[in-house]
Amino acid sequence: MTDLITINVRVNGVDYQRQVEPRLLLSDFIRHDLNLTGTHVGCEHGVCGSCTILFDGQPMRSCLLFAVQADGHNILTVEGLAPDPDHLHPIQEAFHEAHALQCGFCTPGFVMTLKPFLEENSDPTDEEIREAISGNLCRCTGYDHIVDAVHIAAEKMKEASS
Amino acid sequence: MKPPPFKYHAPASLPEALDLMSQYGYDAKVLAGGQSLVPTMNFRLANPSVLIDLNRIPDLGGIRSWNGGLSIGAMTRHVQVEKSPMVLDKLPLLYTTMPKIAHPQIRNRGTIGGSLAHADPAAELPALLRAVRGQVKAQSARGERWINADAFFIDFFTTALQPDEILTEVRMPGLPARSGWAVDEISRRHGDFALVGVTTVVRVNASGACDEARMVFFGVGDGPVLAETAAGVLRGEQPTAEAVQAAAEAAAEKDVDPPTDVHATAAYRRHLVKVLAKRTLQQAFDRALGKEVAS
Repeated sequence: MTDLITINVRVNGVDYQRQVEPRLLLSDFIRHDLNLTGTHVGCEHGVCGSCTILFDGQPMRSCLLFAVQADGHNILTVEGLAPDPDHLHPIQEAFHEAHALQCGFCTPGFVMTLKPFLEENSDPTDEEIREAISGNLCRCTGYDHIVDAVHIAAEKMKEASS
Repeated sequence: MKPPPFKYHAPASLPEALDLMSQYGYDAKVLAGGQSLVPTMNFRLANPSVLIDLNRIPDLGGIRSWNGGLSIGAMTRHVQVEKSPMVLDKLPLLYTTMPKIAHPQIRNRGTIGGSLAHADPAAELPALLRAVRGQVKAQSARGERWINADAFFIDFFTTALQPDEILTEVRMPGLPARSGWAVDEISRRHGDFALVGVTTVVRVNASGACDEARMVFFGVGDGPVLAETAAGVLRGEQPTAEAVQAAAEAAAEKDVDPPTDVHATAAYRRHLVKVLAKRTLQQAFDRALGKEVAS
């Protein structure tokens, strides 16, 4: 057993202090230590994208980061996306409306990837959307409904900001 | 799977990191972006007893203008290069290459220095560094030295870096006048490692004949492979369709010895070498001669 290291990390606006083994993956820290199980673990080698979280606002694979590396950083997971318990985020609403999921396992990774993408690009083309989600695998939908949902989400986010 | 246990150090300065490297040597691995190292640890293909994390060291990243080209700090993330107007201006070849590397989430974390030090034979950046005759700075507690790209990549995942050295900076000179470039790759899915890829840089003389053609292939050998026979075929020749065809055939037949694996046979990879050589030579010569470049 290696030594435990104390980390301070902000997740979804809440500050946590925890002791972690250096080898603990950030994905497992989020799921097992913080009980935020919305972040899913698919492949654990950076291919499937289902564990995507926002690390200081940027989408990254939480299975390719160690929890110790999150010390002093700001994490957003799918649990922190909706504005309040009664409303979904526009991207989540759009996925619901366009039937952009079937089993839903990959969905948290998709929506976390898409949040900064749509904040930067309010009117993306199909090609830009497919490039943006190229690092997320979905085995149910065939992606077409996801692309539809991103267009709907872009409209909703534009309306909300105007 | 989960990575095996290791001792973790996150030095706050480069001298501190270099001291740790000289202390641990072979037992230590440098953790940069971790986008290749962590998967291999998760699979337990790598089992370093010590990780030295460079992410807490300020000033190891950044993009600066140098010698008509670029100097890039080792910890510069791929995404910073991908979105840099200076990179587009100084080295459009690099700018065009960046989106071909992995996926957006990987490029947000992965680093330029990490990619070069990892030296995956199927990766884009090692080939680019050879094609533009770049160099890397290796620092240790003993001092520092610059290593030319041609001498840096030695074998599968093996570079000229010594166990106590850290790659801290990359220099890529600007392309000389009358130069042209192109990069292309074939992969099974967008963002996958390429089955075959090539970075091509050519230079023509005042009468339009080929002075130099540097094609560096990736995914076909134990590192970035410079096509020397093909270069000889083109040297001094006008870049006609026939000359380009002859060079592409020479590259496929003489310069590469591609592997057969689960993704593709050697014969198919050889075929792709010919196709990509032809395509990129044509584009590179068009650019060098100031012609419209067909994409």
